[in-house]
Parts: sequence; C-alpha cells; structure tokens
Amino acid sequence: MHDGLLQVEGLKTYFPIRKGLLRRTVGYIKAVDGVSFTIKAGQTLGLVGESGCGKTTLARSIVRLVSVTEGRVVFDGRDVLSAGGDELRRLRGEIGLVFQDSYGSLNPRMTVGDIVGEPLKVWGEIGRSEVAERVGALLSKVGLSRHCINRYPHEFSGGQRQRVGVARALALGPKLVICDEPVSSLDVSIQAQILNLLKDLQEEFGLTFLFIAHDLAVVEFFCDVVAVMFMGRIVEQSPAKELYRNPLHPYTRTLISAVPRAEPGVQRPRKLFRTEPLEGSKGVFRRDAQGVLNCLSGCAFYPECPERQEKCLRRMPELDEKEYRRGHYVACWKS
Amino acid sequence: MDLIANNKRDVKKSDGNGTLLSVRNLSAHFFTEEGIVRAVQDVGFSIRRGRTLALVGESGCGKTATALSIMRLVPAPQGKIISGQIVFEERSLLDLNEKEMREIRGNRIAMIFQEPMSSLNPVYAVGDQIAEAIKVHQKKGRKEAWADVVEMLRAVGIADPRRRVREYPHQMSSGMCQRVMIAMAVSCEPVLLIADEPTTALDVTTQGKILDLLDELQRQNGMSVLLITHDLGVVAQRADDVAVMYASRIVETAGSRRLFAEPLHPYTQGLWESLPRLGFKGRRLRTIPGAVPEPLRFPAGCKFHPRCPKGRSDERCRSVEPELREVEAGRRVACWHARGYEESQSVKCKV
Repeated sequence: MHDGLLQVEGLKTYFPIRKGLLRRTVGYIKAVDGVSFTIKAGQTLGLVGESGCGKTTLARSIVRLVSVTEGRVVFDGRDVLSAGGDELRRLRGEIGLVFQDSYGSLNPRMTVGDIVGEPLKVWGEIGRSEVAERVGALLSKVGLSRHCINRYPHEFSGGQRQRVGVARALALGPKLVICDEPVSSLDVSIQAQILNLLKDLQEEFGLTFLFIAHDLAVVEFFCDVVAVMFMGRIVEQSPAKELYRNPLHPYTRTLISAVPRAEPGVQRPRKLFRTEPLEGSKGVFRRDAQGVLNCLSGCAFYPECPERQEKCLRRMPELDEKEYRRGHYVACWKS
Repeated sequence: MDLIANNKRDVKKSDGNGTLLSVRNLSAHFFTEEGIVRAVQDVGFSIRRGRTLALVGESGCGKTATALSIMRLVPAPQGKIISGQIVFEERSLLDLNEKEMREIRGNRIAMIFQEPMSSLNPVYAVGDQIAEAIKVHQKKGRKEAWADVVEMLRAVGIADPRRRVREYPHQMSSGMCQRVMIAMAVSCEPVLLIADEPTTALDVTTQGKILDLLDELQRQNGMSVLLITHDLGVVAQRADDVAVMYASRIVETAGSRRLFAEPLHPYTQGLWESLPRLGFKGRRLRTIPGAVPEPLRFPAGCKFHPRCPKGRSDERCRSVEPELREVEAGRRVACWHARGYEESQSVKCKV
C-alpha cells in the first residue's frame, strides 16, 4: 500500500480483563487486532462493521484517546504513537473528531460560541475578538446563523447540534477529520443534509475523512474506499463501488444482503447464516458471555461462514496477502 | 402450541371487509408546563387481518403516541386522548373500563417496545417476565407456563432455551433481548402486534434475523402487525400498507408498492429522495430543507409548508391545513397540490 496522509500499520489495542482480589489480568479483549490501512490526502475511507467490532476503538487509538498495545500510526509523515507532550497536542489539532452522540459530546453548560471557540483559545495564538470572528465564520460555514453563538446545545435540534460538532472539529483547520457514526442518530431528512454538508466542506477545504458508520448505503454514497471490519480486523478493503458490485468476503456478502432494500418486492435472501452446529473440534471454540461462539485460532467468521473449510481454522490470511483486483483486498482463503 | 387452530377461529368471526383495527379521528394531547403538545391530531387508519401496516415518520412526529393511544397507555395525567374512536374486533377500546382493557392488552393486542434492554426488567429472569403474561392471561399454572416459555424462546430462535430462561437481561445481547421481547409479545397469541421500532437499535444482520422471525410468526398464526419505523428499507420489506406521519398528522396512506412507486405528498417525496440507496450514483443527496417543527411551535396552515417546494409561497398552504382525502381507491393524501386532491371528497365524513 502506498504513502498517504494517514498510515496505520499492524495496530493492536487490547483491553485487559482483570479478575479477583489482586485484579490480575486473566486475558485480553482484542478490540483492534492487527489493523493496517492507508488514507490518501483528500480521500474518504469508510469503516463499516457491526457494533462491537472495534470501529470506535480504532478511531480512538489513532488519536491516542486509548493506549495502543502495538503497531504504528503515521500521520503526515510523523509518528503519532511516539509523539509526546507538545508534539502530540499539535498532531491532535490537525485531526478533527466528530462524534455520534451530538448531545453527549457537547458540554451542556457551554454556549455554542465557547464550544467551537475552545480549541482556538487553547492554542492561544489569536486574540479574543479574532476568536469570536472565526467562530462566526465557522458557524456560517456549517449552515448555522452567527446569532447562535450565545445559545446552549439543548436549544438546538439533533441535526443542528451535529453541525456544531462539525464546526468544532474544523476549528483548527485539520487535515484529517475522523467522523464516528456522524449521522446514525439523525432522521433521514436531516442525515442527508449533514452528509451533503460534509461533502461540501471536503471539497472546499480538501479534507481527508475517516468515516465510521454501520449504514452500508451511507458509506457507499460517502466514501471512496471502504474497509469492512469484523471482530477487530479488517476482512475486506476495496474501492466503494467495487465492493458493493463485487463483495468477496462471505461476511461482506452477508452484510450487504442483509440490508433491507427500499423497494417493495425485492426480497432479501433468507438463511444468511449457517445454523447447523459445529461438530467436534473441541478447544477451538469458546462461547463468550453472550453465547456467541468465538474461534480461538484462525478466521473469526468461521462459525457462521457458509463457505468455511478446514484451512480457515488454522490461520486467517492477512489482508494484503491477496489483491483480488487493483485496490481490492480480502482476507479470506476462499475468495 | 395451537397457534394456528386458535386463529382460524378468529378469522371466521371477523367482519366482512377483514378489518381488525380501525382508528378514526384520533387526537391525543400532552399538557405540559410549556403548553399543550398536540402529539396526535386527527389520525385515522385501519389494519386488515393478517396484514402489516407501517407507520412511518421522523422522530417526534407522533408515531409512538399513536401506538400508546391504541394500547390506552398514554401516560396520565399529562397525556390524554382528546377525541376519536378506536375500534378493535368490533369493540370500541376507548369505551372499555380498565379491567376490560387489561384483558385485551398483552393478550389480544401486544406491543414490542423500542430499546429492548431498557424495556425488560433487570431484576427478573427473562423466563419469569414472559411467564407472567401467560399466567395472567391464559390462567396457566407455573409449571405449564414455564414449559410454554421454553417453547416460545425456541420459537424465536434462541439457542439452548432451557438455560436461557433463567438468565437476566444483562446477560444477553440486544438482539437476544429483542427476541425475548418478541417472545413475550407473541406468547399469548395476540391478533394484533404493535412493533415500535423493533429493529432500530440493532445491526443489519441481527435486524435481518428479527424481520425474518416476525415474518414467520405472522405467516404461522395470521396476526396483524402495526409496524412503527423510520427505516424505509424495513417498510419496503415488511409492509402491505403504509401511513406516513408528519407533525402529528397522517399526510399520506397507500399500499406499499404504490407508495414507493409514486409518492404523492411532497414530504413523502422528499423523504424517499433523501435516502441514500445501495447503488446510488449522484454526488449529492436531495434534501428536505429545514427541520421538523417542534410540537409547541407548529406552523399555521399545512405544517409542511415551510419546508415544501410548492407550499412555501402558496397562500392557501400557509393558511389552511389540508385534510386527508381519498384521491384514488386506497390512496389518501393531505396536500393541496397533490394530483386529484381538489376534486376529491374528505374521508372524514364517511366514517
């Protein structure tokens, strides 16, 4: 894979499971388990997967909001994971974040002006009047009136609050914006407004996006490249249109065919998953607290895969081991 | 369980046109400190036996308040059903006393609530929660009820139900909790199931499994479903008829196929167009400008007019609210500009 604005190599973020009086570590939750990808400047990488697959942890790892176990993150030629103090702060200024919960991520006691202006003040490079000027400009960029400056988050609707979140993310003129489910809590008509806004801003400022979502249609519309995540790993990565035309990984296929089409009469295929029990092979699987069968070695999708074979139990192929077509990678033996 | 036998009997005693539930001119208000929230205004629709009606609309449009009105669960004292008629199996629900209503609620009409995790009681095992309804409504003993529960959990696709019945909601994933909710709802073999955003909190793959499950249950015992959702994909997959709600009112109703093929109300059109679909080619999505009005500050006239391409500058749209009229057989719409609207009669008078 080539150089880009953001390069992630073999990123692993494990959370220890502690038990007992001494809080001894008895195991790890492998939230992100060896993820690599590159985002070129001006591009949008979409990250899709079901809840709990590690999308958000991956995003938080990139800006070091959680501590990373292993791997490398290179942003604009600088190593993020080894950066300290001032350097890290500067890096974070160049990466904007938009969160899913627009209500929870805005401080209810701060006015919109303070929320959007805070990053500018923290940098301390510009005077107070200039901050107000910039905040006004940012708000009108995201389609809010300048008069909103003195209002509080609860006075806004969900869509407007998400606009405030976008304005804050853009305050320091970032190169990369990480959007974690930016539209999933919004109504359909508002969702379209925010998606269009993000597209316009990308064009105007040449932004690069890491766009996390679980809605496949939204991701297809918004992203250039899509990476499909399953149980902490990327199982397939491809240009967006190609992925939907020609999904290779059985998990991707399951995911895409599960989306209910907004056309009556177009039926979803039934029986997406294997349901017959797995025979024999003790010690290879473990049922977790939720009763989901986990594969201890090999491919995590094995228990539900319609196309599984012996080989899959031993090892899951690396994503870049197989390039199916230009830019289309898949971590599956079968494809 | 004799799900099928039970409902064959029901079908026989249905009235001629096969209507199971009809709601007429329903209005429900909430009296709050800031003013009267008119959550449901003049809403009317009917559900046929064995069919699915989808109630579609954005958050705050009154979908859930409508469902709660049918169950007579509008939270008192702030909430109150102001007017209207709800006729279920030829009985007027609004005229029943609480005791009679309790015999219908959970028994003949069951509801699946949003957010399965928070709708289940965290301190009881899921088995106990499902068994409660069976014990109360079907007058079955503890042992018998438990056997039913295990059978129900198996029917909704929970593996190892014998062990699972003794577990608590926090030990289950949200998909499982939703299955438990469904098991609870269908345990008394209702003839009407109200499903309020049954798959909204779930992943697509889990959603697919839950929708298949609802489908199968419906086919097996011929119950009707009132499906409340904002997901147009789910509507297209599951609904026979659709009612679109905007700002407390129904603005359009039609059969699912016809509605998707040709939406008549500008709001429905906007909603359909703002939806990104797999395979969508354009660079920008069409949007509906502005936001849903707050219930305390509804605009005068047609409530959609400030966001409507046709109504924004039309004097009549700004001052007179259009009522729902039948423009073609089986198609109703409330818009001055909809095709055939002017020539049509109000549906209100022919109850």
